[in-house]
Formats: sequence, structure tokens, C-alpha cells
Amino acid sequence: MKDYKENVQLDWWTIIFYFLLVSIGWVNIYSASLSDTQHGFFDFNQIYFRQLVFIGLSLLLIIFILAIDSRFYERFSSIIYLVSLASLLGLFVFGKNINGATSWYGFGSFGLQPSEFAKAATALALGKYISDIQTNMKELKHQLRTFLIIALPALFIIPQPDPGSALVYAAFVFPLYREGLNYIFVLIGFIAAVLFVGTLFIGVPWMILMILLTTLVWIFYKRKGRRIHWMQYVIIVATCIGFTFSVNYVFNSVFEQRHRDRFNIVLGKEVDEKGIGYNTNQSEIAIGSGSWTGKGWLQGTQTKGNFVPEQHTDYIFSTVGEEWGFLGSLTVVALFVFLIIRLIVLAERQKTIFGRVYGYSVASILFFHFFVNIGMVTGLLPTIGIPLPFISYGGSSLWGFTILLFIFVKLDASNYINR
Amino acid sequence: MRKLLLVSIVLITGVVFATRLFYLQIYDTSYQKLSENNAVKVVYNYPQRGYIFDRKGTLLVSNQPSYDVMVIPKDVKALDTLEFCQLLKIEKEDFVQLLEKAWVYSPRIAQVFIPQLTKSEYAALSEKMYKYRGFYIQKRSLRNYHVRHSSNVLGYISEVNERIIKQNPYYQMGELIGMGGVEKQYEAVLRGTKGVKYIQKDRFNRDIGPYKEGIFDTLPTRGNDIMLTIDADLQQYGEDLMINKRGGIVALEPQTGEILALVAAPNYDPALLVGRERSKNFTKLYYDTIAKPLFDRVLQGEYPPGSPFKTLTALIGLQEGVIDLDERIYCHGGYRYGSRTLGCHHHATPLNMIPGIANSCNAYFATVYRRIIDKYPTPQEGIDHWRTHLLSFGLGNYLGYDLPAGNKGFIPDSDYYNRAYQYPKYNWYTPATISNSIGQGEVSLTPMQMVNFTAAIANRGYYYKPHIIKNIVGADSIPKVYTQKNATTINPEYFEPVVNGMFDVYNYGTASALKIPGIDICGKTGTAENYIRINGKRMQLTDHSVFVAFAPKDNPQIAIAVFVENGYWGSRWAGKIASLMIEKYIKGEITRKDLETYVLNGSLMDEYNKPYSGEPFQINQ
Repeated sequence: MKDYKENVQLDWWTIIFYFLLVSIGWVNIYSASLSDTQHGFFDFNQIYFRQLVFIGLSLLLIIFILAIDSRFYERFSSIIYLVSLASLLGLFVFGKNINGATSWYGFGSFGLQPSEFAKAATALALGKYISDIQTNMKELKHQLRTFLIIALPALFIIPQPDPGSALVYAAFVFPLYREGLNYIFVLIGFIAAVLFVGTLFIGVPWMILMILLTTLVWIFYKRKGRRIHWMQYVIIVATCIGFTFSVNYVFNSVFEQRHRDRFNIVLGKEVDEKGIGYNTNQSEIAIGSGSWTGKGWLQGTQTKGNFVPEQHTDYIFSTVGEEWGFLGSLTVVALFVFLIIRLIVLAERQKTIFGRVYGYSVASILFFHFFVNIGMVTGLLPTIGIPLPFISYGGSSLWGFTILLFIFVKLDASNYINR
Repeated sequence: MRKLLLVSIVLITGVVFATRLFYLQIYDTSYQKLSENNAVKVVYNYPQRGYIFDRKGTLLVSNQPSYDVMVIPKDVKALDTLEFCQLLKIEKEDFVQLLEKAWVYSPRIAQVFIPQLTKSEYAALSEKMYKYRGFYIQKRSLRNYHVRHSSNVLGYISEVNERIIKQNPYYQMGELIGMGGVEKQYEAVLRGTKGVKYIQKDRFNRDIGPYKEGIFDTLPTRGNDIMLTIDADLQQYGEDLMINKRGGIVALEPQTGEILALVAAPNYDPALLVGRERSKNFTKLYYDTIAKPLFDRVLQGEYPPGSPFKTLTALIGLQEGVIDLDERIYCHGGYRYGSRTLGCHHHATPLNMIPGIANSCNAYFATVYRRIIDKYPTPQEGIDHWRTHLLSFGLGNYLGYDLPAGNKGFIPDSDYYNRAYQYPKYNWYTPATISNSIGQGEVSLTPMQMVNFTAAIANRGYYYKPHIIKNIVGADSIPKVYTQKNATTINPEYFEPVVNGMFDVYNYGTASALKIPGIDICGKTGTAENYIRINGKRMQLTDHSVFVAFAPKDNPQIAIAVFVENGYWGSRWAGKIASLMIEKYIKGEITRKDLETYVLNGSLMDEYNKPYSGEPFQINQ
């Protein structure tokens, strides 16, 4: 009877957003993957039918997750985390190579991608560690351990190689910040990113000028009635300038050519619509041709002509843009924004630190995927191949995000009932 | 504060994405066009190319249908290659190679697979065409030549290359464009405008009808016909006369500047450059580096003009006032300067200007030339004055006629000699340039320039720019530059004595044997020394035979220049040919059949083979 009571306290907003996004995803996958030759609908070789099966199976997963006692997730988080790490390590032995990356366990015509599940496991472990009564986020030792929990799976994922999926772990900076991580870390990360992109864009001399100007304005603004710590400013400015100089080195010597290309395309420094810039260009054309209401379902000429590669997976949003237009694509963006903010609101009302950290992790991970994927498809960010949650084709991805989300739905539901 | 960071970042991201989407989808409409390029097929409708007529309305060039086999490599399905190859008369290896090439160019774009099938090939293929997916036949129109001459005038058409496509976006891969001759010069007139049809395609790549109900479609407009100033009979006759000779004939109507005949020899049958054999034939012509059939000797050949140039020396002498008509100048078998002699042939001496021209006395004109240059304080100034007069006859630069081939010729100026003699380290004086007086030395002219100054003499002081266009159907007039008089720097009264001299060339001078009963011809023979470089060795060849003439003396109807490479003295070949051409044009028939037969059968091939035989040889024999 307790289970019944819990279930009625589910956050229906989250669940509605989830099903809307999954449905939108399937509709667009159908359009993007419909091939010229006719097949029966129930053909397991057809991508749209496979996705339908994946969606059906995630319903089972949801019921299963909601049925388990909520305390299970906290208690077993360490074990789940270790199993997940082991599954990542196991790839080096049993992994199946698809498209040059050993990110998969093969089961016949199926593949399972453990990195999609590791996110949820890491979020659980992080919640567990931070919520531990002995953990003090102000201590360096604990900061380092926290960092290790996040970095280990990422380190295992990078050499697969799948740097895009590893990059997602940067999202954990948000729950950490929420739990008291010094804002300096976030600020340093932010400044480093600005300096990096800025230097590539306007060059070293201009960037140095900008740094000096900004500092002067800052000093002028802060001057009133305070002593100025000149030494502090000198060190900060010197570090910034040093970093600026290192950007060219990193860009030219550490990055590979394809990474450089991707940056240059986004910065508009290189125009190559046939070669490396092809994906982004075609994707922009597809989205741009949608106008207000799009060309209509199954009428997208870009989509039909298979002009955009990987359109049913990472580039699925270009189909949305082309066939549903500005209104359709804006709806998807809005759904993501509402879902993520809803999750943050839910996280904030958690009574346990574990629940709050986990909720924040879910919101951050979803946000990171949303930010990077749509940024890439609309040509704002360099090409980083990670899927759009719930919408992109793929069983592992869908199940990974479903598990991630519904564990939190379950935690939230039991949190509510125990209040 | 800490609660708000992620929320605000999420909201900002949402706004940024919404803005970006607004920009892509609503604000910047160019993406819609780009998408249409992907999904809308463009089909071109090619118009008939304009016909070409001669001055009397004889049809020279029309069109014939031809059939191109087109391919879209992506759509090619497995087929009976053997049968297909047999129908197309190609080898299987060629088939594979062609298909690969098409793939490399683009798997999606329709391209020419085999161009220009004949009607019978087309008939055999078309009934089986349904079997070969990805291939289709496109009808196209090709040139049909009704004459076997004038290839240098007419030019040819061929497929555009990538360079042309870059320069002129009108053309697409595989389309045709005029190359050379009037086909190139009047391309924009002849080709018309192609029509465009936009066809909407659905997701199965099928045509589903005109795009937006065809509001962007255009109909092709037929190319305009043009009428040339060429007289087809005269042109044909000229080419016949030049058989087995190299050189050229160019005839103008002095009173209009219309080109009556433009014969470059050797020439080729224009029909050779049509159809599937085109490229094979073209290669053969292109690599004939000895006879150079693609080289238009009339427009591009730069030759020492020889004695006809003396008429110009005479005119400049009169204009500069350094000689009068009655002054008699001695010729002791040549003109002596310093220890050297510019030789002359045997004739009565002393003589004044008119017999000087008639007998082509070298000493006379060397004297006149030297006086012209030495009239000025320095030879530099003298040469530049002399040159100014020559430029006014259209020499030393492009003439500005409406054919795409040509060369400037060369009239030296003081800079040229300063450089050559390293002035001011060393000085140079008039005698160093004395050969210019008789059209040897540094001066060189194209036969077209020779006929132009002849026409200016015939007109007594002015010329019209030579041109080949008589009339463009649908246009009111030909370009203005061809109806404007170009005055020379010589006063009209000085021309009459020179004309009389040229008249006496026929009366008792160097061409007295070539008189035409009933027509007063004025002419001037020329015998031009020339050299060739073979394997780095400079050797002298038999002189070029040169002749310029106009007729009748008063109210001239034709001016002509004939140039026969290695034809020896002027009246030996060039004079005879000019005489026959003038008679043909003015009388319409030839009375001197013996002369005609002699020229028609005459061959200089032995002469041309000499330098390449590898044996020592005699010249001027």
C-alpha cells in the first residue's frame, strides 16, 4: 500500500515533459530514417521501429525504477558506481568497435553503451559522498576525493575514444557549486573559457589589451574607499596573460587538426562547406529553411535528401527545425528549459543532501547535453558528438537518460511522502 | 545566490537558442534558397544558335540535331553493359572509366556521358533506353556547315571549360560556347538565351511538377542570325588558290572596311570540329606544329612586309617635306652607307618617286627614309616621328577588328633601339635602322595590317576599321567603331603620286605581266627576306612573296594583301593570286584561264619541306 501512496505523489510535470520529448523524438526519427524503399512498419531493421521498441522497453524500466524502494539508490550507490566503472573498464577487453570508437558491448545486432549509464551512477556516488556526514567540502582532501569520483569515469571514457561523452562530466561543477564549492573555481573556469575562445577569435595582442582594460575598469569601479591590493592584481593579470600566450601553443600543438577545424568553423575563420564544415552547413540549411512553421512532417527536403549526416542521432534537431519550423524548434527548446528548471526546483525542495545533489546532477547533465547538442546543430559551438536527451535515436542513450531522470522522480516522490 | 547560477544559465541558454533559431529560420532567408538548391531541380532549355550568312545571303552555318547520352551516376543500376557498350560503340573499359570519372565529378549531377550521337546511333539506342536507369538522352543542337572553307573566320563551338564557367556564370558544365572566329566574337548574339525550368522534387527524388507553379520559369530565346561581310565565292576561290601554299589573302572593301575574304592557308574543313570525332580531329590539327592549320596567318602571322612598305616611306617623306616628286636619285646597284651596301636590283637610274615605286628601288627609299629620320636633331626623335605616321595607318598595334585572333605587329620606337644599342653607353644613328625603309629590319606587320594601309592609300588618306559583321538580325546597326573614318597623318594630296606609282607597277613595273584587261589596278610587289630557327640554328629561307593591291584605281572596290610564305619574289605567287582575286571579285569570272590553272596547281610543298629534310638546301631558286 505504501508504494501506491508514493506513486500518486509523482511529479507529473516532469513525467509529462519526458513523454512529450520522447514522442517528439520518435516522430522526427521516423521522418529522418524513412527510406526510399518501402518496408512493413514492423521491420526490426528500420530505425524508427527499433526506437519504438526502445521506448517500450523504457516504460518497463520506469515501472521497475519506481517500484524499487527509494532508499535502495542511496544505499547501493557505491556498488552501482563500482559496477559502472567496471563496465567502462571492461570495454577495453570486450568492447566492440563501431565507427572507430570502442564504446559498445555487442549483443547481436544490439550495442550497449555503458558510458550512457555511468552518468547516473556517478551522480548517485557523488550524492552519496557529499551527503556523508563526515564530508566537508571546505577541506582540500574531500575536494580531491569528490573530484576523483567525477574524473574516474571520464578518464575511462576519453581513450575509447569518446571525448564528447567525457566532457559531459564537466556538468558536475554545478551540483558542487551548489553544495559550497568556492565560486573561484567556477570563475576560473569561466575566465579560462572566455580567454581561450577570445584569443582564438581576436588574437593575442588584442586579448592582452582587453585583459588590461577590463582590469583597469574593475580597479576604477572597486576603488571607492578601499585599499587596493596591487600584488593581487598583478598576479591575476600576469596569469591571464600567460594563459593567453599558452592558447596558441595548446591550439596548434596539443589539439588535433580536426579539433582545430571544428573551432575555426564556428569562429568563422574557415569556410569549407564541402569538407569539414559540411555537417554544420547542411544542418544550418535544414534548420534555416524551416521558416515559421516548417515544411511539414515528412516534407523536409533536406531531411529526405539525406543531406545531413547522422540526422537521426546527433543531428535530429535539424529535422525538427526543418519540418516544424521556428515554432516547432522553439517548442523543443522551451520544453528542455522548463524540464531543467523544474528539476532544479525539485532538487531545491529535497530534504536530503543526497537527493539535492542527485537532482542537481540530473538537471546539469541534461542541460549540458542540451546546450552542447543544440549549440552544435545550430552552428554556435564546435562539433561535439553527444546526443540530444530523449530525442536522439539510440537505446543506450534513451535508457541512460530515463534511468537518470526516473531515479530522481522516485527520490522526489518518496521525499514528498516522508515530509 | 548559489541556487540561482544554474537556473540563470539555463534561461540565458534558452534565450540564446531562441535568438539563434530566429536568426536562422526567420531573419536570414538565404537558407531557404540554399535548401531549394538541394531539392529543386533546374532543367535548361537550349535555344537554336543563330545562323551565319555571307554578304550575299548565302547560308554558311546552320544547326543540326545531336543527341547526348547523359548520366546521373547515383541513379545507375545494374545493367547489361555489353549491350549498352555495343549500342554506344565503346569498349567496356571505356564505359567503366567514364562512369568512374562521372562519379568523381559528382554522383548526383547529370553529366554528359557520351556526347553527340548520330541520328542512327540515337535511333538504335532510344528504344532500349528504358532499360538503363540513370542514363537518359538529351537533345542538343550542333553546328551544320554548308561550306568547307572559312574555318578561320567562322571558328568553332566546343564545351565550356572550368575557367570559362568561373568567369561567366551563365555557363554550366557541358554547355557549348563559341571558340574562335565569329562564333566567339558574336557568342552573345548567336547563342540566344537558354530557358530555365524549375522542377520540384519529392523525397523519392521524383519530379512532382513545376516549382511554385512555374513562376520562375523562362522560355528560351533563339539566337540571332548574323550576316558576314565575307563573300563566300571569293573566299572559296581564295582558299582554292592557296592550296599547297602557306600564307594568307585578305581583301577589304576600302570604302567601308568590310572584309571580303580572309583566307589563311593551310586551313581545314570546319565540319571536322563537329561531332564525336571533334576532339580527335582537333588534337591532330593542334599538334601539327609545322603547317599550323589553327594558326591564322592573316591575323596572327607577323611578317616583314617587304617592298609594299615603301609606299609608306614615300608618303611620310612627302608629308615631312624631305623629298619632292621630281627629285631624281641615283641608284648604283644599291644604297651605300659607310662601308656597307643595301643592295638593289637592275633598273633605270636615276629615278624620281613614281618610277621609284614602280621599279621598287631600294636606294631611292633608303635615301628618303634617311632624310625623314635625319630631319630631326637626333635619330631618336626622328624614329618617333616616323613611327607616329605609321601608327595612324593602324600598324604596330591591334587593329580593332571584330575577330578574336590577332597580333600587334611591330613598329620600333626610339626606346627599342636605345635598349638594343645600349644607349647612352653607345650611340646609334639612322643607318643602323635603314632596313626599315624597305620593310625589312625590325618592322613586322600582319597581312591584315598590310591590307589596311593599302585601303588607306586607296581611300587617299583614311580607313575604316576592318570588320566581318555586316548585319545582326534584330539589331539596328553594327558597332559604331566600324562606321567611323580613321584619318591618317598624311595629307590627302600626297596620296595621288603614290597611287600613280602603284598604278605604274602594273603599267611597266614589277607586276607588268599581271595586268587585267579593263581594270586599272594599283599594286606593289614585295620580296621579304626571312629567317627561321630550327634546333637553335638560324637559317635563311626562300623569300616570302608579298603583294598588296587595290582596284579600280579610282573609286576602289577592293583592296587586297596576299602573303605567300617562301614564295620568292612578289609577282611570282602573291601578285598572281592578287590579280586573280581582283578579277574574280570585280568581273565575277576569270579570263586568264592559263594563269588560273597555273596557280591552282602550283605547290610550294617541296620548298616547305626543305628545312625539315635535314639536308643542306638552296634558297631562292
